[in-house]
Amino acid sequence: MSFWRSPGFWLNFLLIFVGGALVLLIHQDTLRETAFTVLMYIALASSLNIIMGLTGYVNFGHIVFFGLGGYFGFFMLSQMGWPLYLSMLAGGCLSAAVALVIGAAVLRLRGAYFALATIGVNEAARAFVANFKPFGGATGLFVNFSVYDQYGGSASALWWIFTLLWIVATLTVVVGYLVKHSRFGLGLIAIREDEDAAMVMGVRAPLAKTIAFALSAFFPALVGTLYFFKNGNVEPEDAFRFQLSLEILVMVMLGGKGLVLGPILGAFAYERLRGYLLISPLFKNLHLALSGGILLVIVLFVPGGVVGWFRERFPRLRRLLE
Amino acid sequence: MFSHLSASLVDGLLIGFVYGIAAMGLSLIWGVMRVVNLAHGATMALGMFFIYYLFSGAGMNPYLALPLAALLAMAFGFIVYVVALHRVIQAGYLYTLLATFAVNMIIIGIGTTVFTTSPRNVDFSLGSVTLGGEILQGTRLVAAAASVTITGALYLFLYFTRTGKAIRAVSNNRAAAELMGISSARVLALSFGIGTMLAAVAGSLTATFFPFTILSGSTYQLKSFVICVLGGLGNPLGALLGGLILGALEGIVPVFMPVSWVPVVEFGLFVAVLVIRPSGLMGAK
Amino acid sequence: MILEVKEVSKQFGGLKALSDVAFELPEGQILGLIGPNGAGKTTLFNVINGVFTPEQGRVIFRGEDVTGRTSYEMARRGLSRAHQVVRPLTDLTVRENVMVGACFGRERLGLRAAARKADEALTRVGLIDRSDQPAGNLNVAQKKRLEMARALAAQPYLILLDEVLAGLNPSEITSMMATVRAIRDEGVTILMIEHVMQAIMSISDRLLVLDYGTLIAAGPPKEVANNPQVIEAYLGDPKLTAKLMAE
Repeated sequence: MSFWRSPGFWLNFLLIFVGGALVLLIHQDTLRETAFTVLMYIALASSLNIIMGLTGYVNFGHIVFFGLGGYFGFFMLSQMGWPLYLSMLAGGCLSAAVALVIGAAVLRLRGAYFALATIGVNEAARAFVANFKPFGGATGLFVNFSVYDQYGGSASALWWIFTLLWIVATLTVVVGYLVKHSRFGLGLIAIREDEDAAMVMGVRAPLAKTIAFALSAFFPALVGTLYFFKNGNVEPEDAFRFQLSLEILVMVMLGGKGLVLGPILGAFAYERLRGYLLISPLFKNLHLALSGGILLVIVLFVPGGVVGWFRERFPRLRRLLE
Repeated sequence: MFSHLSASLVDGLLIGFVYGIAAMGLSLIWGVMRVVNLAHGATMALGMFFIYYLFSGAGMNPYLALPLAALLAMAFGFIVYVVALHRVIQAGYLYTLLATFAVNMIIIGIGTTVFTTSPRNVDFSLGSVTLGGEILQGTRLVAAAASVTITGALYLFLYFTRTGKAIRAVSNNRAAAELMGISSARVLALSFGIGTMLAAVAGSLTATFFPFTILSGSTYQLKSFVICVLGGLGNPLGALLGGLILGALEGIVPVFMPVSWVPVVEFGLFVAVLVIRPSGLMGAK
Repeated sequence: MILEVKEVSKQFGGLKALSDVAFELPEGQILGLIGPNGAGKTTLFNVINGVFTPEQGRVIFRGEDVTGRTSYEMARRGLSRAHQVVRPLTDLTVRENVMVGACFGRERLGLRAAARKADEALTRVGLIDRSDQPAGNLNVAQKKRLEMARALAAQPYLILLDEVLAGLNPSEITSMMATVRAIRDEGVTILMIEHVMQAIMSISDRLLVLDYGTLIAAGPPKEVANNPQVIEAYLGDPKLTAKLMAE
């Protein structure tokens, strides 16, 4: 079925497209900052979902692509003077290329072995970048603030960055949807359900997994470049946060893995919840413990995530909640 | 050069014994339960704080506090198993990983509130011994000796007791063990308890020679992953050897290159071993 | 010859699972493969469709040496397989399951064409009214049919059927046999492992008997049934021997 006739596609697309457009229209700085975080999480979670939700390979080190790609993009931007959008794409391409190489090796591992290896890859990358002189070693890289002049000063640059992130996030969601509903995506889902059986049916699993891995690595790099440009600097500790990597995973699980809508709602809910807990005087210090408690409840009692639960409960909504 | 090398190698090896104990717990839990315990590091940190408070608050000798820490940790492990793991143990590794990660978040969250994140230090010394020109810290020697003893005890337990054999049976084949009348739920809970206990003991021993915060556990947890893979995932006794390899690496690598390269080597090796020999350096193929 | 297996040997550790197995399968035939449990039947299938690589010997499929090819390459060349342990992709619907076969099989169809092909295959095996259900909801007999449909939708030249009759009741067996015959009548060659003796005797053009990894007999069903070596191989299993003798 063509995607433009599917209600599920339009729900996903409009949620993110209209959401971002509203923020641009209202044009308020605090709202933009919140929306930036939400869109960033949506893009990260949706890209993780391409490998984790479709092929079932749980990547605990998804953040490595945000870090590496973001570093490279930021390097091109701040040291080579490339324009933002080109730097961003360069970061994305590098990230996807790295994923192709790493994936070819690591995707031979299955289950928890793969998950463990991805943790190792992230840690190794973090340690390597901290020693890599062209990337500024442990102190990282800074952007010369005169760069913001090209965008009409730093205030307007922030709106530029937001607009680009909005496009990137929308693109991630659309690509995620198209992949899921393609022939390629059907092969990936077959791998998730039973890799050996899928191969016997003709799915070229090693290649398909690696391509899905590279695709899922492309988008975090774009997000990373934008995020570091917004901060004006990049450093290893900020770029390869294992904690954030796991939080993205939690978002995917919260919304429902394997569904395009899942990571969108999961990322939104997680960000809002965290924001609320951090502000609330009662929960401020305990926000991490509470998030942990919520995660535990989800894992134990709602394994399909919120969207998955609704689909299970109301089969009629299946065509809408994809 | 040579004396520098041997000094840092000996130091690394002594710490390696303690790393080995922590990893042993992780490896046991993986081997028996197929669970990657992401709350392992947080449990280690709890062990550190337990020793800290008994020593600094109550003036108790850390080594007397150790058995107490072990017992409490085991009970804690049971509770975690019943509350967070039992329901999802059949659901696959993703769910157990996330469940233990949730436990980790809860421990760290509460720990940060109660203990804050300022570094603590168990100011305890056993003096030092000079051996062939090397100065060895007493606390590290005792920790290494304790680690060897614990490994021996675990070996005897796993291979010569009824319960230990049941644990190994479940580790080999959970379904078959159940058919033979072994209550796998009880064995799983016990294994998680022992694994948690080993984490807390390793934490307690580490606290006697390194400063720490509630967040320190995560570093050791990552090291434990590396050790487990070197020693063979699911092979608890191999973990001691893995710990020694890692300790030796940490001792030797800084002699030849800046110390900041140590993690690059460690995690590079980790991924390489996983990909090439997932059963560990000395495991059967 | 659509399939030629030449002196194939396969070893697991010290255990020789297959030794010097050799046979030929002409196009359009139904070849039955029988033998006691653990004789190496499923291993032979795994060698033929590329799950395992044999240590010795060659597998020739449609005139080409395909020894050591991966299972997905074999699927693309027109070799399908229905597993003994049915393995539906439980989260997908029945139709989507069959579409995987159509999409990645010999014809490599697009999604739309695959959906049509899937419905065709589901009609053939009598599962069309279940096509929108999750595959996990099917019972054993239906799952066996689903395996058949998946294999069929790939439009193969040769199908390997691994105990598709096991666990079915007599009427289900009769209708499954009719389906198998109909598939053959369309020109698809079939190699099938079966334990239900009566069925395999009546449906096969020829029979192969494996015992401890060695081919001990080959020929028309009647001839094989009277082969003393075959009877001996089954003697460890008196019930099967009795059945065999009763033919």
